[in-house]
Amino acid sequence: MSAKKQSPWLTLVSILVYFFLYAPIIVLIVFSFNASRTNVVFEGVVNQGPCGPFYWYCELFRNRSVMDATRNTLIIAFTSTIVSTIIGTMAALALQRYDFFGKKVSETALYFPIVTPEIVMGIGILVFFSAVFGWINTALALAPSQRLTMGLGTVIVSHIAFSIPFVTLVVRARLHGFDDRLEEAAMDLGANEFTTFRKVTLPLIAPGVLAGAMLAFTLSLDDFIITFFTTGPGATTLPIYVYGLLRRIVTPELNALSTIWVLVVLIVVAISQWFQRRE
Amino acid sequence: MIQHIRENRRLQGLLLIFPAMFVMVMLLVIPLTLTVITSFGQRDADGNVIYTFTLENYWRLLGFTEQGWDDLYLRILLRSLWLAVQTTVIVILMAYPLAYFIARSPEKRRNFLLFLVLVPLWTNFVIRIYAWVMILRSQGVLNSTLAATADLLNVPFQPLDLYPSQTAVLIGMVYEFLPFMILPIYTSLEKIEPSLYEAAADLYANAFRTFWRVTVPLSMPGIVAGTILTFIPVIGTFVVSDILGGRQVILVGNLVQRQFLDARNPPFGAAASIILLVMTLVLTLYYTRRFGLGEEIAAG
Repeated sequence: MSAKKQSPWLTLVSILVYFFLYAPIIVLIVFSFNASRTNVVFEGVVNQGPCGPFYWYCELFRNRSVMDATRNTLIIAFTSTIVSTIIGTMAALALQRYDFFGKKVSETALYFPIVTPEIVMGIGILVFFSAVFGWINTALALAPSQRLTMGLGTVIVSHIAFSIPFVTLVVRARLHGFDDRLEEAAMDLGANEFTTFRKVTLPLIAPGVLAGAMLAFTLSLDDFIITFFTTGPGATTLPIYVYGLLRRIVTPELNALSTIWVLVVLIVVAISQWFQRRE
Repeated sequence: MIQHIRENRRLQGLLLIFPAMFVMVMLLVIPLTLTVITSFGQRDADGNVIYTFTLENYWRLLGFTEQGWDDLYLRILLRSLWLAVQTTVIVILMAYPLAYFIARSPEKRRNFLLFLVLVPLWTNFVIRIYAWVMILRSQGVLNSTLAATADLLNVPFQPLDLYPSQTAVLIGMVYEFLPFMILPIYTSLEKIEPSLYEAAADLYANAFRTFWRVTVPLSMPGIVAGTILTFIPVIGTFVVSDILGGRQVILVGNLVQRQFLDARNPPFGAAASIILLVMTLVLTLYYTRRFGLGEEIAAG
C-alpha cells in the first residue's frame, strides 16, 4: 500500500485508538508515585523514607513474596522456552521436510491447542495430574511429606505443552522458502549431516527459531489461566500473585512492579532490535 | 543402526516429530480424554469423583434438571457467546481504521507505529485488567476527570457506575484483544498492490466504492485471523469477568473454574468445559470454512 495524504478523520480516530491503548499504562505509571496507600485517589507524589518519590519501588524490592514470584516466573519462562523451542523446531523440520507415517494426524494435533480455549487445556491437565499423582501416592503409600503435588514442575511441563505449537508454527513459516539444494551442496562437498545442520541449516532457520523462542517466552511470562490450574504451594508466579492481591488491598507497590516490568521489556526489545539491525 | 537412520528419511521424520507428539499425547490427548470421562461421572458427598456413565451433567447444563426446567446455565453459555461476539465486532471496528492508518503511513514510520501497538501488550495481562479497575471504579480516574470537566463547565454531574459491571468486562476484553486484531489486518492491508487502487480509480470507482470493493475483500484474511485470535480466548476467559465484573458477570469460564475449585463438583465442571470446547471448535470450523482459513495466523 502506498503512502498518501491521510484524511484528518482517519488521523483523529487513530489518535483516539492509541489513546485508548495507552491510557491504562499511563495511569499505572502515574499511580506508582501515589502518596495514598489505598491507591484509589491520587493524593500527590509520595515522599517518604530514603527513597523519596520512589518509596513504592523500594518497598517492592523489600517484599519477599514479590521477589519469590519473580524468581519462579523467570525459572518457568526460561526452562519452558528452551525445551519448547528445541521440540517445536524439530517438529517444524519434520512436518516441512519429511514424509512419515501419521504426518496428517501430527499436524492436526499440533494445531489443536491453538484453537482450544486455554481453560479447557488447563483443567484437562489439572484432572490428569491429580489422577496420576493420586494413583502414585496411593500405590507407593507415600508419607504426607513425600507425596507428589502440583508445583513448579507441573507448571513448567504445561507451559512447554502450550508453547510447542506456536514455536512450530513460526519456524515452519520460516522454513517455507528453504532451498534444499543448499544442504545437498554441503553434503556433496563432503560435510556430514551434523556439520551440514550446524553450518548450513541452523544459520538459515535461526531467525525463525529466535522468533519462536521469543514468542514462547512472552506466552509463558504472560500466562495466567494454565498456570492457575497447574500451580501449587511454592510455585506462585507474578500473574498469580497479582491476581491474589486484587482480592485484598492493592498498594502502589503493584504499580511500581508494572512500571518496572514495562521498562525491562522495552530494554529487552531494544537490545534484540539492535542485534537484528547489526545482522 | 546409525547407518540405517542416516539413510531412512521416514525414520528421521518420525524421530524428529516424536518428542512433540509425546508431549501432545501426555498433556493434550490424555487430559482431554480424562475430562470427557470425568464429565460422565458423578461426585460423592466429599467431592470425590465417582466414575459412572450418566448424561446428567450435560442435561443440567442444557436446562433439564430433576426439579424441572432451569435455564441458569444455558443463559451463562449464551452470555459468554454474546460477549465474545460483541467484543470481536467492537475490536474489528476499532482496529480497522488504525491498521489502515498505519498501512498508509510513510514506510519509514510504519514499524514505529506498529511497535506502539505492541508496547501495552508487554505489561502483564492481569495488571492491564487492574489498570481498568483504577480507571472505571466509582472514585476512579474516569469519574474524577469527568467530574473536574463538569465542574469547569458548570454542569451537573452524576458519577458513572461502571465498575463492577458487564460493560466494564466488555471494555476490558476489547482492550486485551485490540492489538491481536490490528496486527493481522495491517499485515493483509500492507500486501495490497497500489496499482489496484489506480485501476479502481481509472474505472471511475469513487473512494467509498474502492474501499468496499477492493480494500475490504483483500483484507479479509487479516480480519479472519484476528477474529480467531480474539474470539477463542474471550469465550473461555474467567479472569476479566472475575476482576471487572465482580460477582455479577458469570461466564462459562467462571462456571468451570468454580466447579473445580470452590463448588468441588469436577464432573459438572468437566461437562461445562467440554461443551465450551465443542462450541468453540464448531464455530471456528464453520467460520474458517465460510471465510477461508486464516493463513495470516502464521504471519501474525
